[in-house]
Amino acid sequence: MANKAQIPTSNSALIAMIADEDTITGFLLAGVGNVDLRRKTNYLIVDSKTTVKAIEDAFKEFTTKEDIAIVLISQYVANMIRFLVDSYNKPIPAILEIPSKDHPYDPTHDSVLSRVKYLFSSESVASGRR
Amino acid sequence: MSGQSQRLNVVPTVTVLGVIKARLIGATRGHALLKKKSDALTVQFRQILKKIVSTKEEMGEFMKTSSFALTEVKYVAGDNIKHTVLENVHTATLRVRSRTENVAGVKLPKFEYFHEGETKNDLTGLARGGQQVQKCREAYVKAIEVLVELASLQTSFLTLDDAIKTTNRRVNALENVVKPRLENTISYIKGELDELEREDFFRLKKIQGYKKRELERQLASAHQFAEDQVAEKMSLQKGISINAAHNLLTEANKKDEDIIF
Repeated sequence: MANKAQIPTSNSALIAMIADEDTITGFLLAGVGNVDLRRKTNYLIVDSKTTVKAIEDAFKEFTTKEDIAIVLISQYVANMIRFLVDSYNKPIPAILEIPSKDHPYDPTHDSVLSRVKYLFSSESVASGRR
Repeated sequence: MSGQSQRLNVVPTVTVLGVIKARLIGATRGHALLKKKSDALTVQFRQILKKIVSTKEEMGEFMKTSSFALTEVKYVAGDNIKHTVLENVHTATLRVRSRTENVAGVKLPKFEYFHEGETKNDLTGLARGGQQVQKCREAYVKAIEVLVELASLQTSFLTLDDAIKTTNRRVNALENVVKPRLENTISYIKGELDELEREDFFRLKKIQGYKKRELERQLASAHQFAEDQVAEKMSLQKGISINAAHNLLTEANKKDEDIIF
């Protein structure tokens, strides 16, 4: 049980976001946004001027912060840092790729969904053979 | 790899045999239990797989509606509303609580969202488009609901995947390494004990034969002694030499077939 991932139980955790301005605005309207004492936000607005480095840093920061349970990331942003998203394999925080408004959602790019699809098809094939 | 080399290094005695047998029973039981656990986890895993696929599709739907609602807000309240929203961020009112669910000894995280405190953006769009803003907020809260569900499914998926891998590895290790090794050890000890038994048996036989021979030798010497004494008596009575008496005795003892009477 040495390599077992610890699942922290917390009473209140945040949802972090890396997405385009419209999506962020919507979620902020729902009341997800948080600004801590050091004026750090739990979201990153990605526009045409945002560098990949900034996205990488934000992703790393959100995935290592303890009070974040879910990281929402727009798919086209996830595609920019695909290697980071694919190499991430911890259960918490959970990474969710969401469709954005002006980029069509492509399920084949989703790291988790592609694994699910792969397992799903192989299992259904296996169960069909039985 | 297999066979004699794959056994524990033990002293072949009856006690150790008992211990190893107990261990084999334990390993067999553990193997059966782990197999059951693996099956239970796989059942759960498949359910989660199905749910993930359907929820992902659902999520796309919800995101579409909420994006559309936001577009409506922008149309009604003007594009500047997003600056109002971005400025009004203080502390999160919509948070996530995580608790764990236990499936066959594997802790799966489950997220649920909850509202905390007052919504700060209540006055947003007071001038115009208030209704649209409220609609948009509701749409996004619904989207969050689906996303949170999806997140817990996805986390469970990853955790279960890991747990199933570990369990299967253990099942295989018990089946292919531990059990054969114990069985080999048992057969080795049994063979060794059999050999000891055979050796013991042989030794007993040997001792028995030796004793028998010794008895015969003693009997023969006693016989000889008695014969000698008889011969001596005879030689004294008849006045012949001891050798002649011996000859007489052997002649008398000899069974002559020709003599009928």
